[in-house]
Parts: sequence; C-alpha cells; structure tokens
Amino acid sequence: MTGSKRKFARIAIGTIGWVVALWIFFPILWMVLTGFKSEMDAISTPPHLFFTPTLESYHEVFAQADYWHFTFNTVLMSVFATGGALALAVPAAYAMAFYPTRRTRTTLLWMLSTRMLPPVGVLVPVYLIARSTHLLDTTLGLGIINLLTNLPIIVWMLYTFFKEVPVPILEAGRMDGASRWQEITVVLLPLALPGIASTALLSLILCWNEAFWALNLTSSRAAPLAAFIASFSSPEGLFFGKLSAASTLAVAPILLFGWFSQKQLVRGLTFGAVK
Amino acid sequence: METTLSPPKGKKGRTGAALFLSPAVLILLVWSLIPLALTLWYSFQNYNLVDPTLSGFAGLDNYRYLLTDPDFVWALLNTVLLVLGVLVISVGGGVLLAVLYDQDFLGRGIARILVISPFFVMPTVSALVWKNLMLHPIYGVYSAMMRAVGLTPIDWLQHYPMQTVMMIVAWEWLPFAVLILLTAVQSLDHEQKEAARMDGAGPVARFRYIILPHLSRAITVVIMIETIYLLTIFAEIWVTTSGGPGVASTNLAFLIYARALLQFDVGGASAGGVIAIVIANVIAAFLVRAVARNLEA
Amino acid sequence: MAKLALRDIRKTYHAEEIIKGVSLDIEDGEFVVFVGPSGCGKSTLLRMIAGLEEISAGDLLIDGARMNDVEPAKRGLAMVFQSYALYPHMNVYQNMEFGLKLAGMPEAERRRKITEVATTLQLDAYLKHKPGQLSGGQRQRVAIGRAIVRNPKVFLFDEPLSNLDAALRGQMRVELATLHRRLGATTIYVTHDQIEAMTMADKIVVLQKGVVEQVGSPLELYHHPRNLFVARFIGSPPMNFLSVRIVGSGPDGLTVETSQGARIDVPVLAESAVAGSDLTLGVRPEHIVIDAQGTVPGTIRLVERLGALTLLHVALEDGSVLIVQTDGDHGGQVDAPVRLTLLSENCHLFDAKGMALTKLMRHRLAG
Repeated sequence: MTGSKRKFARIAIGTIGWVVALWIFFPILWMVLTGFKSEMDAISTPPHLFFTPTLESYHEVFAQADYWHFTFNTVLMSVFATGGALALAVPAAYAMAFYPTRRTRTTLLWMLSTRMLPPVGVLVPVYLIARSTHLLDTTLGLGIINLLTNLPIIVWMLYTFFKEVPVPILEAGRMDGASRWQEITVVLLPLALPGIASTALLSLILCWNEAFWALNLTSSRAAPLAAFIASFSSPEGLFFGKLSAASTLAVAPILLFGWFSQKQLVRGLTFGAVK
Repeated sequence: METTLSPPKGKKGRTGAALFLSPAVLILLVWSLIPLALTLWYSFQNYNLVDPTLSGFAGLDNYRYLLTDPDFVWALLNTVLLVLGVLVISVGGGVLLAVLYDQDFLGRGIARILVISPFFVMPTVSALVWKNLMLHPIYGVYSAMMRAVGLTPIDWLQHYPMQTVMMIVAWEWLPFAVLILLTAVQSLDHEQKEAARMDGAGPVARFRYIILPHLSRAITVVIMIETIYLLTIFAEIWVTTSGGPGVASTNLAFLIYARALLQFDVGGASAGGVIAIVIANVIAAFLVRAVARNLEA
Repeated sequence: MAKLALRDIRKTYHAEEIIKGVSLDIEDGEFVVFVGPSGCGKSTLLRMIAGLEEISAGDLLIDGARMNDVEPAKRGLAMVFQSYALYPHMNVYQNMEFGLKLAGMPEAERRRKITEVATTLQLDAYLKHKPGQLSGGQRQRVAIGRAIVRNPKVFLFDEPLSNLDAALRGQMRVELATLHRRLGATTIYVTHDQIEAMTMADKIVVLQKGVVEQVGSPLELYHHPRNLFVARFIGSPPMNFLSVRIVGSGPDGLTVETSQGARIDVPVLAESAVAGSDLTLGVRPEHIVIDAQGTVPGTIRLVERLGALTLLHVALEDGSVLIVQTDGDHGGQVDAPVRLTLLSENCHLFDAKGMALTKLMRHRLAG
C-alpha cells in the first residue's frame, strides 16, 4: 500500500468509527440535551437541535418528585449490598486463592452456577418470604437480595485479582513475621486495592441499575432510582423534559463509573475468562 | 505448586482457611436452595393469594394448565425470539465493531467510550428513552426523521412490539459484546498478526484465520452470559409494552410476573418459574463448563 | 551464626514423594549451594528450611533445636526470593522496615540499622523510591538489604540472580561473595546455574529428583564426581563420554579400549572390575589434546571460537562427538582430520550403574 492510500484508509475507518459511535450514543446524548430543554422545546416537532438551555426540568425533578428520597434509597441499598458482599467475599476469595484444596474448583463453579438462577424462577417464594418477614418495600430487603445475587460475581472477581498477587510477596511477609491478619490487611489488601476498587465499582453499578427486584419488591417507600424512573412510563406523566432530567441524573454517576473502570469490568463480567 | 501458599503451621492454619470460606458458602447455599425448593413446592400446590378457598396438592395441574395455555406458548416463543435476535445482533455487530475499534484512528479512545456507554444505562432508563424520546410516534426523533424524508411515522411499539423490544435490548447488549470482544482482540499477540502478514494474509484472511479463532472463547462467553440475562428480560417490557398488545411482547419472565403479582396465581407462576430454571440451568451448564476449562488454563 | 542439620527430610505432595530423604549438615558460616536441574526439589528443600513448606517427615535442626513446627519468622532466617518479592506499595525504607516493625524493634533502632545497611548496599539515595522505580539490580539489593537488616542466623537465597542479565549477574555474584565474607553468616543458596555454584560455594549439594547425588567442595565435585549425573551436570562445556571395554587391570589402574581400538590406562581402583565388561569413560574438554601422535582419530565438525579459548567438536569414526578445548589461537578448520590424546590421569570411569570408580589419586585442590 502506498502512503496516501493508507492515509485514506485511515480516514475512512475513522469516519466509520465515529459515525457508528455517535449513532449508538445518540439516545444518551439526546436524553441529556432534552433534560436541558423546556417542556415546550422537548416536544416540538420537528425536534430542535439548537435551543435555549434551561434548568427548569431539573428544578421540577428536585422540587416535586422527591428525587433525593429515591437517590438516597439507591445509594444506601447499593452501598449496603456492596459492603456486605465484600465483607463476605474477601475472606472467601483469600481462602480459595491462596489455600486451594481439592474442592476449591467445584466450590467456585458452584458459586457461579447460583448466579445463573433466573430471578424470575424464584420471584414467588422471595416475594412471599419478603412479605412475611416485613422486608417487602424496605431498603434492607432489596439490599439483601442484591448482595446475594452479586456475591458470586464478587467472589470470582476478587479471586482472579488475588490470584494475580505474587505468592512470594505474601511469603516474604510471613518471613517478616506477619500474622494472618497482618498478611491480609497490610500486605494483600493494599496490593489488591485496584482490583478491590473495581470489584466494588462493578457491584455498585449492578445494584444501581438492577430493575427486576426493584420493580417487584419495592413501591414508593424503598424504591431505588431504577423503579422511580419506571414510574415515568405512565401516560399521564409524559413530560419529556422532566423524564430526561431525571434519567440523566439517575444514569450519570454509573456512566462515569463505567467509563472509569471498563478494563476491570470485562474481567469481572466474564469471570476472568477474557483478559 | 508454585502458586499456592502453604498454610501456617499446625491445625489452626487449615481450619482457619475453611473458616474464612464458610460464611460466603453457607449464605449462598441458603440463597440457592430455599427459594428453589419453595418454587418447586408451590408449583405442585393450588395456591392463590386472593382466593383462600383454593388450596391443597395440585399434582401436575399447574404444569398442565401452563403448558396447554396458548399464552405460555407465545411467551416461550417470544423468549426464544428475543434471546436469538439479540444474540445475533450483538455478537455479529460486536465482532465487527471490536475489529473496527481495534484500528487506530483519531479520537478512537473517545469513540470507544461512546460505544460502550449504553451498557451502563439502567434498563428502565433505556426503555423510557427509546419509547418516548426516540420512537414516540409524534414527538420521537426517529418519527421526525421519517417525516423529514417523506415517510409516515410508525407507532413501533404498537405494531412491532417484539421487534422493537428486541432492538432496545440489543442496543443495551451490543456495547457489552463490544467491550468484551474488543478486550479479547487487543489481547491478540501482535507478532501473530505480523507473522500472518509475512505469510501474505490480507485483511480478510487475517480476520478469518487469525482474529476469529482467537475470539472464539470470548464469543462463547459473551453468548452464554447474554443468554442468562436475556432469558429473563423484564424491565424493558414492563416499561414499554407491559407485555402487550395482548401477549404480543410477553416473554416467560413477564408471564410469570403477571401470573404471580397481577393474577396472584402462585401455583401457576411457580410452575413457570421451574420451567425457567430448567432452561437456564441447561444453558448455565454450558457456561460453567466453558469457564471451568478456563480455570485449568 | 548457626549450624543447620537436616535429618532424613522428606516431602510428600499429592501422594508423591518429591524430597526423598535428605540428610545434610551445614556448618556455621558456610556458603552452601543447592544445585540441580529444574524440578529436582532444590527450591522445595529451601522452602522447607524457610518454613514456607511443611516438612512431611524428618527433622530440621537449627543450632540443635528442632524447627519443623516453628513459624518462618521465628526461625532466625531471612530469605531473598527469585522475584525479589518486594512489597510494591511500600518504598525501599518501608520494605526493609516491615519485618523489624513486626518484631517490635523501636523506631530509632530501626532507623539506625536501615541507614547502615542502605549505605553498605549503596541504596541511601533510593530509600524513598518504590520498587517499581528501581532497576533490576537495585531491586535485588533491596531484597538483600531487607534480609540483612533482620540480622538473621541464616541467609536463604532462591535463584536470586536468574532475573538479571548476564553482565549484572556476574557483578552481583562478586557482590554476594564479598558480602558473605564480610558478614560471615551461614548461607544457603539455590541455583540451577552450575557456574554460580562453582564460583560461590564452600560446599555444593547436587540434587536430582529429590535425592542428594553428591555433597562436596566445588573442585571435589569437578574432579571426583561420584556418578555420571554429577559428572554431566558440573562443568561447562560438559564432560565427554565414550563407551569402553576393560581389557586389562593392574595396580596402576585399568586399561580400557574404545570401540575403535584406542587403549587408555586409567588410574582407578580395579575393585570388582572384570575384563571384558563395559564401562563409560568420561573426560573433560580441557583434558583432550590435539596431538599428531594421538591414538584417537577424528574430523572437526564445528569450531566455536570464544576468544580466549577454542572449542572443537570432533566427530569420531563411530559417529560420537567429543568437545575438545584448545587455546584461542588454534587454527583448526571444519572438516580437517585431527588426532586426539586423552590425558589418562584425568579420565573418569563409570560402571554400568553410573557410579564412578574410585581414582587412585586425589586432586591436589579437591580436599
């Protein structure tokens, strides 16, 4: 290939790459733009690409929809589920990564298989159990469910990250006289910190976006954002500006998290099968 | 052997490791067994939340009603359609886009981030945005575009409910496939590609004989994971069509939800749940095997 | 300062015995090298001494006290790992400080010790650096420094130079040897590189498949290998081997004949050797001379010029190849015919089981 031909190919590929990217991203972009429109601009036909930005919709979301209540629910539930799952998963992953036995492989795969349980398959008993234990429509109840569904992924992810910590470093710690507790807290955890952070991030993302249990186990009191946003689907609540503003608020933190940690997420989401 | 840590001296070390593992194992054991057992139990019971006169052992009645119910057949068909359709779009598109975004061009990093973004958008938001901002027959952007070129806008969710839901779900999962497959493409050894070039392989041959085989495991993983999630797509349908019109866009997950929480038929819903679990387990077995192979490597 | 004793030490792993009963005495201040091919169990043996692997059977004694069930940190040892195993999240100072801190040493004393060690290892300028910012050689020094500050009775080294390039490896070899002379601490050093073993050791332990093949000083192993394995393993380029038959014996040794009829008188104890039985003759490349009157004819197949010396690969008529070491200016050409003389007093004979026949004379430096 000659130089100019190669240059042309690169420009062509670049153009295609950008057109496809913008096309895929367009709904998100449009959602963000619509959030800054007045309700009149939002439903104008044909739609305006250029308009006077206004915070009107955001003001309304904050003012009437009790937005902070749902955000608080989401944050509380996600942090509880993630913290709880990490507290259970760190020791488990430590034991399996550094003290493997003949059963370790089976245990790991079995944990993975519990993740495959379709939520809808156990909807009925979980609903009934939640109802009889008064956990229905509580942040604690939804948090527990999210903790349980994410626990296998978190164990797996930590396991793959711990596996990457060179064993000699832990052995050096032992030669230096570190107790088991110091081995974990002073040597292993600081070393695996980036991995633990991205594991926590993945868990937060999954909890934040989870909709099935949110829709089925909560109503107004403990509803997280995912369920709150869904309430905009009723025909009488069709305000595009408000809908977009609320959606943008609900999506923004996770989108940023996702961009930030995409590399590590791949490993977590594929249980380490793709690196 | 090099990669394992020998436990600290004495018995304490070994029981220690088991102790570290047991809380997670116990809690997962409870979580995976009790609801499963209950679902199975309810599926053989006459049990309606609002009709206490119905009770007692139902035998296989729940299954018989379900399997002969045309709604169930529709739901099953829709489930299969949804899974297959989204898989074809996301894996096919994912491979192409992974190769595209592996190429070097101006602003590639930003373009990649834009492409994978939809995956991080919560399902209820994606469904709402598509339903209203994009596809609304009057105010939607797509309708405006159709009008701009002289076509009559279509009420997509009314006329093509299943296809539209499929499209929305594909929009959410295509980025996932790109994310995974792009990572896999990038892990391909550069020397391998260069060696193929020295052997005279053009771009097509390199794609066919080097890249595609290299991606095979990643593709398997994408298919398996997507299948698990796609089998129980719920929020998108709940937001956009509520399963309708009629049962046109009802899948198995939505049917079970409707039976349980709209018709309060616990027995029937549980029978559906058991069937969903069976289907998921068959697929999960393949996934677990694929991952297990990786565990050995 | 410490003496070590290993008494019939065994390691079983998944029902397979990988260390098959090792007994060994290591004297105070001795530099002992465990050497052997990969998988021979040398690292496992070291890790058992360190306390990182459990000892399945046998006793490990340090200064007479049984240490089998003592925690690694309480055995009075320090170890330098192959990968250095520095704590990547701590700087050089903290890396050296960690063990001292855990041992409860007061801050002022820690500072004094680390500064002192850092100075001798020329690390003072890097104390605030993280391991990731250091070169391979510097990391190596930090790993050694971390071991030294703990003032151990015994130093353990697990292939410490294998991650360095050739030039640096040579330099570190000298530094380690100097350091050992200065500290005088008992040292156990594992390597697969027989040059490291030869140059640094007071005592070499050759291991194969979990069994000690021979223990001795470098020159003892070089000049009096106990068996074929040791003969083959020690020395580079390796010893040459020829099949021979006994044709006569007497008080001055055995007379053997090569397949081409060349006769050599080797000064070894005749013992049970019977005329007519087959043996293996071993001779090192430097003990073969090119000699117009030589009894063994051959053809040069390859010439390796190393500058100071030249290695000739000479094919004999039966197809076997001998490596011959000559001086650097030797004019040998490929395909040229040569005649060789094997210096018989330096030849070794091995019986059918691969055991060496005892030589009549000990080498002057072999002790």
